[in-house]
Amino acid sequence: MAIRTAITRRITSSSSSSILFNSRSMSSWWGNVQPAPKDPILGVTEAFLADPSPDKVNVGVGAYRDDNGKPVVLDCVREAERRVAGNLNMEYLPMGGSNKMVEETLKLAYGEDSDLIKDKRIAAIQALSGTGACRIFADFQKRFSPDSQIYIPAPTWSNHHNIWRDANVPQRTFHYYHPESKGLDFASLMDDVKNAPNGSFFLLHACAHNPTGVDPTVEQWKEISYQFKVKGHFAFFDMAYQGFASGDPERDAKSIRIFLEDGHLIGCSQSYAKNMGLYGQRVGCLSLVCEDEKQAVAVKSQLQQLARPMYSNPPVHGALIVSTILGDPDLKQLWLKEVKGMADRIIGMRTSLRENIEKLGSPLSWEHITNQIGMFCYSGMTPEQVDRLTKEFHIYMTRNGRISMAGVTSGNVEYLAKAIHEVTKAA
Amino acid sequence: MSDHSTSVFAQIARASEDPILGVTVAYNKDSDPSKLNLGVGAYRTEEGKPLVLNVVRQAEQKLVNDPARVKEYLPIVGLADFNKCSAKLIFGADSPAIQENRVATVQCLSGTGSLRVGGEFLAKHYYEKTVYIPSPTWGNHPKIFTLAGLSVKTYRYYDPATRGLDFQGLLEDLGNAPMGAIVLLHACAHNPTGVDPTLDQWDQIRKLMRSKGLLPFFDSAYQGFASGSLDADAQSVRMFVADGGECFAAQSYAKNMGLYAERVGALSIVCKTADVASRVESQLKLVIRPMYSNPPLHGASIVATILKDSNLYNEWTVELKAMADRIISMRKQLLEALQARGTPGDWTHIIKQIGMFTFTGLNAEQVAFMRREYHIYMTSDGRISMAGLSSKTVSHLADAMHAAVTGVA
Repeated sequence: MAIRTAITRRITSSSSSSILFNSRSMSSWWGNVQPAPKDPILGVTEAFLADPSPDKVNVGVGAYRDDNGKPVVLDCVREAERRVAGNLNMEYLPMGGSNKMVEETLKLAYGEDSDLIKDKRIAAIQALSGTGACRIFADFQKRFSPDSQIYIPAPTWSNHHNIWRDANVPQRTFHYYHPESKGLDFASLMDDVKNAPNGSFFLLHACAHNPTGVDPTVEQWKEISYQFKVKGHFAFFDMAYQGFASGDPERDAKSIRIFLEDGHLIGCSQSYAKNMGLYGQRVGCLSLVCEDEKQAVAVKSQLQQLARPMYSNPPVHGALIVSTILGDPDLKQLWLKEVKGMADRIIGMRTSLRENIEKLGSPLSWEHITNQIGMFCYSGMTPEQVDRLTKEFHIYMTRNGRISMAGVTSGNVEYLAKAIHEVTKAA
Repeated sequence: MSDHSTSVFAQIARASEDPILGVTVAYNKDSDPSKLNLGVGAYRTEEGKPLVLNVVRQAEQKLVNDPARVKEYLPIVGLADFNKCSAKLIFGADSPAIQENRVATVQCLSGTGSLRVGGEFLAKHYYEKTVYIPSPTWGNHPKIFTLAGLSVKTYRYYDPATRGLDFQGLLEDLGNAPMGAIVLLHACAHNPTGVDPTLDQWDQIRKLMRSKGLLPFFDSAYQGFASGSLDADAQSVRMFVADGGECFAAQSYAKNMGLYAERVGALSIVCKTADVASRVESQLKLVIRPMYSNPPLHGASIVATILKDSNLYNEWTVELKAMADRIISMRKQLLEALQARGTPGDWTHIIKQIGMFTFTGLNAEQVAFMRREYHIYMTSDGRISMAGLSSKTVSHLADAMHAAVTGVA
């Protein structure tokens, strides 16, 4: 331990005046700490903000923008905030968070009339958005299935790897994206499902896969679910885009409903970051379907034991907004309308971007732009092409070629199309 | 075909209630009108009601009425203004460490979150993996550090005989700690005992720790709440920063700004140089990102609004002092009530201890007795939250304590 020896030497050399020891002479404990690499996603926005070019375009992080490129606070959210401001005290929520918010949130994922909810078979806690829900689940998996690993789709949201790594759960990938077709590699996916040991844990994106935008069809989901039954696999759904993919939350939960119909005892992470625009509030939910109410109570108590040493209890403000909206039929209707509005704008931009590139006479196929769904388009561009987009055109996206369609507007779509054509036409 | 309807978690046993938060759960279930909740450390007014500070309501209105406000993700390290203001609050606006850019500050989820992030950083980057915590300490401390990946040992702190500080025991135990070990220190208003070292004792602790290269990790959850003065309550921390050495400080705004449920706090790491602080900050991001990506916006915005506005700040200090003064008054009243009843024993520790809690010295049987017979709820270590008392309820508590002390072994 070179550091310890060096420090010991320093201390003992001045130990004759140890009472008057001047700690100024000691070196830092952290001298060997390396500068960390920038987060591949959040680092993009940092770079974008630092760019002085008037033409710059941010299609990096997945945060919704309106057609003027501005962040949006939904009307239903503003109204909910007006109602809750100043009215309620700030007492700690229970460790499991707001019961009201969790109840409403489960209805979204599992269905309004879900028997699982009626029978109280779902262990659920409010979580710190999707990240927090995944992390608590990963910690839970480590604690209670210590020999298990997690199968993660290739590719996936980069932070998934960090989450299960920090939870000390070994990870493997399974085939997902098919680069040639820019669609789903269904055959290889099914092979991986079949070849995994029985009872393996899988992470699945419920809808609007991030970063590819490629989702299985309903028929494919049914086959996946069936094979999961055969193998006794555990399905953990990350649902960060319910409502945002098709515009219809019920439709976007189809994958989950298929698994539930087949009797799977799933886990689910839900986030309100995108579909309610509550990004910075960190509101989400982690749920686990159990055999019966007694087991759900036990599991919930254990989830709370993981939350307590991490943050004690979750933040109240975002949860109040969610439960105010979902608990009021009029506000809920308004929300559904606004979510559809956001999804429709994105679908419109997909069409527009594709048309614009095709108009420029690109030799390549761009139908994947409109085939893919949700906030992101996996363009197929290489890191080098992305670098050119940034250097020459001040267009910011993650180096895996993922475009956040939410950052595309009628004002920048032509410019974006031109730039993409420029860097790919020789490909 | 595997039976997919059997849960993979079928063997899971139900976890026991959190010893502190579980008290409120039990209290809520009780229907007796005279029930009293002296469990969790949340401030109550003289009327027994929770309190939202005026400055907080004003800050909230400002935020709600600002149409330009959005709900975008904060950076991983949180709200920049909040971080700057928080560092100034604990270290002092004129702190050389701040002026020299040697402090890495990240917004975290209240005190718990700040401790956890700090603990995980230490587990990843520090060569010593043992943290010494005082005996006793807040019940959540050992779990936080254990889950962060550190191992936990204790050092003597509370002396039941004097109901004060076991200073010799403390010095001995820290003196025997390995070089470089991490030491958790309550900046003021020790939880659960309310027993704090004097300034002179703090200086001796500091010298001992620096001579052994022990790493100070301050938990500051009650700045301003203990004595009523923000500066006085930060003296211990500032003493350690003044000697030029490194330290960690976890801050919470749960109590002193009444923002409990918003989960607002900050972790500051005071480093030797600005370059080190910058690298440390970059590594803190890697701890935070896989935990919750970035911290919640609302509470930090309220705090920043207040701390940046000199009128709101001054108003806050007045409201803070009023809370601290009410608690000090409750201490006096409880002592007088016990003395009036001739309750056996020396109860002066009630006014010697400081902050939200009194470590009564009652044992678990007496605590259970008081719950059963008097519907008074406290943690089984005999800790009472003075903030939960009022002039109207003091005599009920004194009656219960008297009965417990005289009737229950």
